[in-house]
Amino acid sequence: MSAPSHIAAPLTAPPLVVVVGAGPAGARAALSAARCGARVALVDSGERIGGQYHRQPAVAGKAVAGGPDASAAHPLELAVATQPRIAHLPRTTVWALEPLPEPGPAPGRHLVHVQQGPADDRGRPVRTLAADALVLCTGAFDRALPFPGWELPGVVTAGAAQALARGQRTAVGGRVVVSGTGPFLLPVALALPEVGARVLGVYEAGNPARWLRSPAAALRDGGPGRVAELGSYAAGLARHRVPYRTRHAVVAAHGRDRVEAVTVARLDAGWHPVAGSEQRIGPVDAVCVGYGFTPQLELPLAAGCAVRGGHVAVDARQATTVPGVYAAGELTGVAGAPAAAAEGELAGLAAVADLADLADLADLAERPWAAEAAAHLAPPSPARLAAAASRVRSGRRFARALARAHPVPGGWRGWLREDTLVCRCEEVSYGELRDAVAARGADGMRALKLTCRAGLGACQGRVCGRNTAELAAALLGAPVADPHAMDRRPLAHPVRLGDLAEPPPID
Amino acid sequence: MALTVYVDGERHRALPGQTVAALLLATGRRSWRTTRLGGRPRGIFCGIGVCYDCLVVVNGLPDVRACRRELCDGDRVETQRGARLPTEELPPEPRVPRTDGDGTDQGARPGEPVRDADGVA
Ligand SMILES: Cc1cc2nc3c(=O)[nH]c(=O)nc-3n(C[C@H](O)[C@H](O)[C@H](O)COP(=O)(O)OP(=O)(O)OC[C@H]3O[C@@H](n4cnc5c(N)ncnc54)[C@H](O)[C@@H]3O)c2cc1C
Ligand code: FES
Repeated sequence: MSAPSHIAAPLTAPPLVVVVGAGPAGARAALSAARCGARVALVDSGERIGGQYHRQPAVAGKAVAGGPDASAAHPLELAVATQPRIAHLPRTTVWALEPLPEPGPAPGRHLVHVQQGPADDRGRPVRTLAADALVLCTGAFDRALPFPGWELPGVVTAGAAQALARGQRTAVGGRVVVSGTGPFLLPVALALPEVGARVLGVYEAGNPARWLRSPAAALRDGGPGRVAELGSYAAGLARHRVPYRTRHAVVAAHGRDRVEAVTVARLDAGWHPVAGSEQRIGPVDAVCVGYGFTPQLELPLAAGCAVRGGHVAVDARQATTVPGVYAAGELTGVAGAPAAAAEGELAGLAAVADLADLADLADLAERPWAAEAAAHLAPPSPARLAAAASRVRSGRRFARALARAHPVPGGWRGWLREDTLVCRCEEVSYGELRDAVAARGADGMRALKLTCRAGLGACQGRVCGRNTAELAAALLGAPVADPHAMDRRPLAHPVRLGDLAEPPPID
Repeated sequence: MALTVYVDGERHRALPGQTVAALLLATGRRSWRTTRLGGRPRGIFCGIGVCYDCLVVVNGLPDVRACRRELCDGDRVETQRGARLPTEELPPEPRVPRTDGDGTDQGARPGEPVRDADGVA
């Protein structure tokens, strides 16, 4: 599949904004930038617009609830398809980023290296886009905490169960237990019965704070839409007779070659299991776990963006610390799809506003094309930017409230046994990790990789990175010096070596 | 409209847009690869291409993420032993026999009729 020809354009064409990720944040960013006159390449490794929330059913059939109407094409998808300045590049993965020095109409130009075609196939064409501005909207993935037996087949993330139910109309199992923390567990527990699974229970490890129970606080932080959404989940759980218990979690999974049963325990406020509260639940054939989300940081880190508190640091208009690079959505904090969309909208507007400003400032003798290129732009008015920014602020309040309501206290470390895997790829046990820290002096993420191989495997530390950083910090009695070392991945995604034999063409 | 695909040599029907992982789950499998060190079974975990647990051999090429890969007509899917490191390219593995007793194979029995795999197993 080749991209529309207007990606390869003369310098006097409108500036190119490359948006990575076509979830709610990226799709809105692409639309707002394109409507202000920029050319946009909207890149996503998936087939369709929508990302994780507006997940489009890839397989035809009856709609599955737990989100927006899944049967029809989402309005965002239609809007993107009918906007002539957006080139949507589906099944296209960004595997590396590289800053491009002058010349160009703006600082912050980047080469965006992409590969297009069926996932992980051999010989997927490699190409490179030259971005005048970059909007990163790569989203997040579920955080899974380790516990004995979590590597057994049938133990999956809550997001996996949701993606299979919503996108593929497939149940991850027939008798399922859901465990973790956060409101995301609810739509997952509702989507499962609609594809034929029986949910034996939802175990929320936290004790969702006041604002989830109090409509007034939720209304202030999340808006009426969120309150209605949470209410409909509660009604749905009742309808399907799904038991929902707080301060409980799955602390062990049992089985030989697949999960057959789980142990659920009551937790104290620090998430230490209460002695004697353990109960065995079975038979089960699937367990879905989700302890919040971890942002996909490799592209922002490759671009040199600063990270604060585990998220990409952005200013009041979604600009990162690197000129010309913006971030929106779950990358900057977890607040759900409406907040992600609001941030995307603002990021797209800000990118165009800044490109137009830069063209005004450009030294026209050296870069005669800059003014001509910028003449295509219709930058947003300050009032428009301010309105978009105010929508973003309410989303950020919701994100902070969500984070406060669903902390992950350290008691989970007590769920582990000597032989519990902490790194699934390299099969490193908690005992081996502890020895690496205690006996072999590993005091950071890089050192851990080298001494016990934790984080060295195929997932490049995505699954184990946060957990090992916390485990090592607890053993050391101090935070590790390089908590994001594992998020620095020279290749955002593995590329088959044969595919790089030729230098890629630059569009 | 339905596709014909093969899982460990056995014929199945699949739908356009269906992922390899969804088909494997619909055939009753929960795992389709073993780990390099412990030889332990693995299947789907993150569901969105992040964890690399769900690796499988497609048309002779190993290390394909079953949760991301959509099926094409005629695709041949085989269980995988071990996993490669991110950029390591190795020649295609010899076919893994169905009956190697490593616990990865809990799905359809030989001779089981072809059935629709568009929903819950
Ligand atoms: C599996 C999963 C299921 C979820 N389901 C729900 C749900 O049902 N309801 C709900 O309220 N919230 C859900 N969430 C939370 C969800 O993340 C947010 O609500 C919302 O989707 C965030 O929007 P976003 O645009 O920031 O990111 P996302 O929607 O996650 O979109 C990010 C996009 O970036 C693409 N991408 C990432 N890296 C690259 C790369 N290197 N190259 C190319 N493309 C790339 C991905 O393919 C993805 O489409 C889910 C999260 C996950 C992980
Ligand atoms: S299940 Fe995680 S990569 Fe496929």
